[in-house]
Amino acid sequence: MSETSTINNTALTAKDFVSDQEVRWCPGCGDYSILKQVQTILPDLGIPREKFAFISGIGCSSRFPYYMETYGLHSIHGRATAVASGLKMLRPDLSVWIISGDGDALSIGANHTLQLIRRNLDVQMLVFNNQIYGLTKGQYSPTSEEGKITKSTPVGSIDHPFNPCALVLGADSTFVARSLDRDPKHLQGVLKRAAAHKGTSFVEIYQNCNIFNDGAFFIFTEKETKLQKGIYVEHGKPMLFDNGKKGVKLDGTKPIVVDMANASANDLWIHDEKDVIKANILTRMFDDPRDTDLPRPFGVFYTTERPCYEDVLKQQIQEAIEQKGKGDITKLINSGDTWVIA
Amino acid sequence: MAKPIVLKDEVTIRFAGDSGDGMQLTGTEFTNASALLGNDLSTFPDYPAEIRAPQGTVAGVSGFQIHFGSTEVDTPGDICNVLVAMNAAALKANLRYLEVGGIIIANTDGFDEKNLRLAKIEKNPLEDGSLDKYNVIKIDVTKITRATLQDSGLSTKETDRSKNMFVLGLLMWLYNRPLDSAIRNLEAKFSKKPEILQANLRLLRAGYDYGETTELFTTRYDVKQAPTMDKGKYRNIMGNQALAYGFIAASQLSDLPLYLGSYPITPASDILHELSKYKSFNVHTFQAEDEIAAICAAIGASFGGALAITTSSGPGIALKGEAIGLATMLELPIVVVNVQRGGPSTGLPTKTEQADLLQAMYGRNGECPTVVICTRQPNDCFDVAIEASRIAIEHMVPVMLLSDGYIANGAEPWLIPDMSKYPKIKPNFLTEPNGENGKLLPYKRDEKLVRPWILPGTKGLEHRIGGIEKQHETGNVSYDPENHEFMVKMRQAKVDKIADYIPLQEIEQGPENGDLLVVGWGSTFGCIRTAVRELNTQGNNIAQIHLRYLNPFPKNLGDILKNYKKVLVPEINNGQLVKILRDKYLVDAIPFNKIQGLPFNTVEMKAKILEVLGK
Repeated sequence: MSETSTINNTALTAKDFVSDQEVRWCPGCGDYSILKQVQTILPDLGIPREKFAFISGIGCSSRFPYYMETYGLHSIHGRATAVASGLKMLRPDLSVWIISGDGDALSIGANHTLQLIRRNLDVQMLVFNNQIYGLTKGQYSPTSEEGKITKSTPVGSIDHPFNPCALVLGADSTFVARSLDRDPKHLQGVLKRAAAHKGTSFVEIYQNCNIFNDGAFFIFTEKETKLQKGIYVEHGKPMLFDNGKKGVKLDGTKPIVVDMANASANDLWIHDEKDVIKANILTRMFDDPRDTDLPRPFGVFYTTERPCYEDVLKQQIQEAIEQKGKGDITKLINSGDTWVIA
Repeated sequence: MAKPIVLKDEVTIRFAGDSGDGMQLTGTEFTNASALLGNDLSTFPDYPAEIRAPQGTVAGVSGFQIHFGSTEVDTPGDICNVLVAMNAAALKANLRYLEVGGIIIANTDGFDEKNLRLAKIEKNPLEDGSLDKYNVIKIDVTKITRATLQDSGLSTKETDRSKNMFVLGLLMWLYNRPLDSAIRNLEAKFSKKPEILQANLRLLRAGYDYGETTELFTTRYDVKQAPTMDKGKYRNIMGNQALAYGFIAASQLSDLPLYLGSYPITPASDILHELSKYKSFNVHTFQAEDEIAAICAAIGASFGGALAITTSSGPGIALKGEAIGLATMLELPIVVVNVQRGGPSTGLPTKTEQADLLQAMYGRNGECPTVVICTRQPNDCFDVAIEASRIAIEHMVPVMLLSDGYIANGAEPWLIPDMSKYPKIKPNFLTEPNGENGKLLPYKRDEKLVRPWILPGTKGLEHRIGGIEKQHETGNVSYDPENHEFMVKMRQAKVDKIADYIPLQEIEQGPENGDLLVVGWGSTFGCIRTAVRELNTQGNNIAQIHLRYLNPFPKNLGDILKNYKKVLVPEINNGQLVKILRDKYLVDAIPFNKIQGLPFNTVEMKAKILEVLGK
């Protein structure tokens, strides 16, 4: 966010980011929590409210901008990434946030998502993943598990699901993280990290659709299983879970769960968010946790820096102006071979 | 002894050869020399869709036609007086364009057994008498080229590639053109390859001298300066290049940065190439991953305060339809350029057609009125780009600008305009709340029915816009039935209202009322103009109008149409403008259509007009 203005307007609070529009998600939807966490962290970023722009596509999640007291644009299905790209290229001074869902970002808009990632514009992309199409009332999504029974797949879906974090890492994402709607503290922490990152910050947020896919992530969010099935990774810390009773170590490139009763923390995999090889292993810890003892990771998996598209674009313009002087249309149209008819 | 020079009013030459024969460069340099002499002219390249079609085949033939004169020249010419054929395939593909008695300059080396086989010709036409009705001049250009450059140290391949310069030199001699501009341009082009430059210059002069010294030619020709041209400073301009310049001008006139989101597509890509060169004009070009991303990025940039444009051709426009609808709902300015080509689907990518008018008018979901304007010729593109930008910005609407392949690649002399004569383009930016009690009303309209443009970053004016139906004035989401009907009619009224801000339709030529009015749009201009002018000099009294504004139409169009007994509408499509005119004005307009990927020629245009007149 180094390009954005850092005027410290401490007067802002979460409430200042609440618009006058009535929130119309279904009661109990995970989107409410995500909205709340975003509104909570924005005042801490030191960015004037008028510098925020929230851009969305189509889907339940994409109503998000209407509820934010910032600039917002609710665009068309799958294209929020493209709209946001154009805005950020022209206006690097803005803090641009893309709000999308699994269908919007990974099905109709999957190509644009990958293109955004490779260009590394300095924006935040929040993908609300509920593994279902909510707004169209319950068809399977590109992240639904194989065999999913839905309205459009009465005998089970045939599609193999995307692993969103692995997908964007494959496109050389410079910031990959995963969090959950039902863990406000964790989500806030990840969102702050995403905002602070210079480059495209991709955040997958597990979000419960209590109408069409209720409980898809309960195994990671409810206290009975949460600690056994999820692992919260932190940079420089050993990979411990289940209240420190278990850990993950690497056998070559293969992650293995160890019982801490028989192992020391020194043997464990120390999470290094700068290590792209290990980030690949981490994002690929993706088997259904009911079938494996490997936990599903949450947190910031990978972060690195490389030039942002809009910065290089502006730099090329700046250099051209420095070398050639500010363009003069009269000179331009009078260039080349000319002749006079008197 | 100097050979006699015969003056001609106008001449059309077609250079034709294999894709690798350099005919485009030859034609371009001949054009430059003619332009500098003050001829009026018009050119058109005709190249194959394949980048490197098999050598020697008809599919691989590349052509360049120039029509130049001391009289008014409005088209690249229908029938040529001279055909340069570098090989058998070039002759086969282009003989249909040559007048009886016309000159064929044939490179005999291109008519050997192999070339005849590749062109699928059984007997050598240079020897079987089939060309007796033409004036055939046979020259072994390859042999002369090799002899001229035998001590140059260049490989045979490099040597043979230069043979187009011999042809250029010969044609320059034949039409009494000075070599200076060609020499200057070659020096610039090959400044880092001195040996290639020397070879080209030697051949250029060799060609020129060949005309003078051999007995093949008994006469030379000349075409003097065209007195019909307005006084002033001129340059040559191609359609796509002129559009690019026009958008840069509009960016300066509006004091807004220019943003182009585009995806490569024939025949529109040159606008992207051209604009990419002008970063020092604060031009942002973005080659997007597809047509949809291209327009969506432009919409994002428009939201941020750019003069935002997207450039494409028919298939790409089809993909942009949903986003044009979004821009219509957002009421943000954007210019969508469609350089039309033959369709549907991939159609004829390198050929011209005017078949996307109905797509431009109606090709979106819902009630989605779009402003449509078009350009008529290469030297009209600059002004049309400025006009499209002005309407988009001052009326907060998407504007579709229609060009076509014929205009895009055609070139003409352009009277360089004086930029101080253009009015400023005024964006309607809002910086303070515009409602009662400090309330912001993003969709509050002015007398033009236009909403304000509110840029992110403006303190206190945070607001949300989107593709869902808007409530009047507040812009909030609204599913209210009456509001929807109101807003649909409001968006239509807003577009209709633009008719108050565009010029009235002028009559190009002919009487204000009478027997026949010919109504055209786009690239048919030159052909209709020539046909009507020639028929009127023969005692007819035909009127011509040519539309720039297609939606909304100029306010007086209906009245003009009713002043003539018959209305003829020529189009390079299956009848599109004619449908709209019949629908809107209840006139019994007569369609005249050609759908061959080719422009009309004057002969067929005149014949149709006479038929309609009952003559």
